[in-house]
Amino acid sequence: MQLDSLVICEECDLIQQKSPLESGDEELCIRCGYSLYKLNPNGLQYSLVFALTAMALFILSNIYPIVTISSQGLNNSTTLLGVVQILHKDDMSLVALLVLITTFLTPLIEISALIYLLLPLKFGMVLPGMKSVYRWMRKTRPWVMVEVFMLGLLITISKLSGLVFVVPEIALISFVLLMFAIIIASINFDERMFWHQVENLNTTQRSI
Amino acid sequence: MNSAAAHGILSCHSCGLVSRASKNHHDMVCSRCETSLHFRKNNSISRAWAFLIAAYVFIIPANLLPVMETGSLFGSEKDTIISGVIFLWNSGSQALALILFFASVFIPMAKLVSLTYLLISVQRRSTFQPKNRTKLYRILEFVGRWSMIDVYVAAMLTALVQFGSVMSIRVGNGAIAFGAVVVLTIMAAESFDPRLIWDSIEKTKNNENFSKEKHV
Repeated sequence: MQLDSLVICEECDLIQQKSPLESGDEELCIRCGYSLYKLNPNGLQYSLVFALTAMALFILSNIYPIVTISSQGLNNSTTLLGVVQILHKDDMSLVALLVLITTFLTPLIEISALIYLLLPLKFGMVLPGMKSVYRWMRKTRPWVMVEVFMLGLLITISKLSGLVFVVPEIALISFVLLMFAIIIASINFDERMFWHQVENLNTTQRSI
Repeated sequence: MNSAAAHGILSCHSCGLVSRASKNHHDMVCSRCETSLHFRKNNSISRAWAFLIAAYVFIIPANLLPVMETGSLFGSEKDTIISGVIFLWNSGSQALALILFFASVFIPMAKLVSLTYLLISVQRRSTFQPKNRTKLYRILEFVGRWSMIDVYVAAMLTALVQFGSVMSIRVGNGAIAFGAVVVLTIMAAESFDPRLIWDSIEKTKNNENFSKEKHV
């Protein structure tokens, strides 16, 4: 049996033959319907571009305040890390940690990992520790919750808007863009293509 | 026999490389990305049960304790998850109230019940509707994260509404319990191995074939 030509469904463990795909085609498991693979020839390129964009937006989102509220001459605004700090001061370190991990650390790890893997590959290189970076990226992915945080922000704003005056700030807009950039970057990361390119690189290096 | 495990072949859950298992099935590592390989997730059922039971325990304080405490000149007010939803509904944002209700009341409960069902059905080697049970698992995996909304709302309100004695909001202990429920159910869903659903199907199919052969 030629192992290269096989694909195993992650959800039901059925062995299937890889089918020849054209761009945009999706391969589904014939038994349980799980999406096995989607061919996306420009995926890695999109992924890199949006990861770089996401990095810029991530920095903006964390430098500037998200919203300012004002009521009867009193003003208050906060950044994302400001939220973590206040929760920590309020003896709510567990909640602070949860917010820090899911909205700051894991998005940062995901974006940095994508750049670390894809940028050198574009120039025909692979950086040391690439395999562990790849594994860490896979592990953190379920805990990236920027889109959930955005919905939470929306609800926060609408809860406050009846009581106080709410002014959206730069980071609110950049957070919305960041959410889209991260999602586009990670869904376009084509694993099969990525490892295919890495392996090609190794064989050409060996033949030289 | 269609499952890869029955052929001694397994794929890396991290990079998808298909490889042949080593003889003793121990300490197998993906030759491409160095992830450790297993036919099925390690101790899937007992790990999933452990996280799930812990989540059942935490969901009680999560719903009873306040997630937010508002202090103002006119006294203090404590908000549980449900009262937060009701406040939002009465203040005119019905759509958001519905989202919040689904994310923080319905989804956690539905997740606990469906994971319990999946675990029991796998342990009883049920052959009932494997495709739909796999689909249910996929929905659970996707939907669990959205329960975090309430934690974020409480956190943001706390950070913003800091006007000293005029009006201040603090996160209540309910938020810790609620966050624990969300994290524990995500971990329970991740520990569960959907391939176990299909293993019992194949086992019964093989037994049937075997008994048919005997009769002939």
